[in-house]
Amino acid sequence: MSYDAWILLTGSLVGLTCGVTGALLVLRKMSMLADAISHTVLLGIVGAFFVTQSLNGLPMFIGAAIVGVLTAFFVQMLDSSGVQSDAAIGVVFTSLFALGVVLISFVGDSVHLDVEHALMGEIAFIPWDTLNFQGMNLGPKAVWMLGSVFLINILVITLFYKEIKLTTFDPQFAVLLGIPVMFIHYLLMGMISLSTVASFDSVGAILVVAMLIVPGATAYLLTDRFLVLLILSGLIGILSAITGFAFAVWSNVSIAGSIACATGLYFILAFIFSPKHGVLMKKIRNDKFSSSQP
Amino acid sequence: MNALSVQNLTVTYDKTPVLQHVGFDIPKGSLTGIIGPNGAGKSTLIKAILQLIPRTSGDIQVYGKPYHRKRRLIGYVPQRSEVDWDFPTSALDVVLMGRYGHIGFIKRPGKKEIQMAQEALRKVGMEDYQDRQISQLSGGQQQRVFLARALAQDARIYFMDEPFVGVDAATEKAIIQLMQEWKDEGKTVLVVHHDLQTVEDYFDHVLLLNKSPVGCGPTQKVFTMENLKQTYGGSLKFIGEHSVVLQERV
Repeated sequence: MSYDAWILLTGSLVGLTCGVTGALLVLRKMSMLADAISHTVLLGIVGAFFVTQSLNGLPMFIGAAIVGVLTAFFVQMLDSSGVQSDAAIGVVFTSLFALGVVLISFVGDSVHLDVEHALMGEIAFIPWDTLNFQGMNLGPKAVWMLGSVFLINILVITLFYKEIKLTTFDPQFAVLLGIPVMFIHYLLMGMISLSTVASFDSVGAILVVAMLIVPGATAYLLTDRFLVLLILSGLIGILSAITGFAFAVWSNVSIAGSIACATGLYFILAFIFSPKHGVLMKKIRNDKFSSSQP
Repeated sequence: MNALSVQNLTVTYDKTPVLQHVGFDIPKGSLTGIIGPNGAGKSTLIKAILQLIPRTSGDIQVYGKPYHRKRRLIGYVPQRSEVDWDFPTSALDVVLMGRYGHIGFIKRPGKKEIQMAQEALRKVGMEDYQDRQISQLSGGQQQRVFLARALAQDARIYFMDEPFVGVDAATEKAIIQLMQEWKDEGKTVLVVHHDLQTVEDYFDHVLLLNKSPVGCGPTQKVFTMENLKQTYGGSLKFIGEHSVVLQERV
């Protein structure tokens, strides 16, 4: 596959994985937790490096998943002991991220791990960091990571579909039925952490938030069905990756930046033109209503 | 036999007790109204019994067994404001959620469950709205979706939290009909209620509550002027309006 095709595939996988998983966060009104986790997983990555002395995929995933779930846990803990929930997120996320920033400065120059890379990523380098098996080039590592995380997420969503749906819509009723609400919560946080780490190299910690939240928020304006919303969110993620990449190549600008901009563009389009929830249709409906009533 | 037995239930928010040493028994097959002034802890009581909020102390028994072992027997109609009705789902899907506890972990609702949910919707007169997104239903219709979900739970003890608030006449009728039906089937119903005028029409049992129980038992015995005064304390004027109703009965 060509260099461009690999980047396009990587971007699409980021859009798909983050879109589907992030939509769940949007529905649970926990978008800011995605922001928090996307930053704190840096600590997990650095931590994994100090333990294994390598930037290998698997330990990095485990470290990130642990810190991601810990982030959610600390936020929950502060929240339930009386700290405002937005303040709880602010405190936990900045302190854990700061700890990651401090630790990262102990990492030598020989290793490709620095704050700027973590924050911004660089999808243009992805095709060169390949996975090799017995001398065979199996394509970029990022594609394998994203693909695995996507499959894990889909598996979890399929298995716990009705539990995820109920705990999102009516958590109290879920408790009443004996569904382990907290387990589902941390399962989702784990999925968010994995998606973030897998997307790290490509789009970085800041733009991954756009990929997690904006497609879900866009799909929310377009459909009234839970399952359709998840699928649509993933598709919007892919569409954003394709159009963003095309624009970046055409005008020679940051690829990750234009992909994130594309998500914003689709959101604005849906916000205005959505047949059900768009402001334009609402206005037309209101005008009709007021003109029919003298 | 007592369907529900509550002993020494205390709930505390930030060191302020909201419910103190609440104890009462509810006989099987009764329709109980939980009555008390605002802030008396009526909704808190239900939620504490259902273990939806933490409690400081208290022992809850359902049919003589600890609550957690009889969870399946419990049905619940929460206040409408407890959920976000903009959630992307249909009326039928919400009713199906009533079956989730029976379906078991991981498994999907099948044909049988869908039929049960549709039957429940039909019973509350909502069969034409099964595919409607829930935000496009009126307040009364939303309440009936919650009723249908409770119906689909096929429980033995039902808890309802202010079901009559802000509903239309059709929904009110549906609620009363359903309560009567449950009672006839030997099921037990507990309803948080605030309209003193209708207490005697709806309920054969009352629990008068103001942080701790003032009285609990058959309506004829417990729903008296004296008990009401004690429950509502200083708000005598409020009671004055209803004293007519009480005197007529005597």
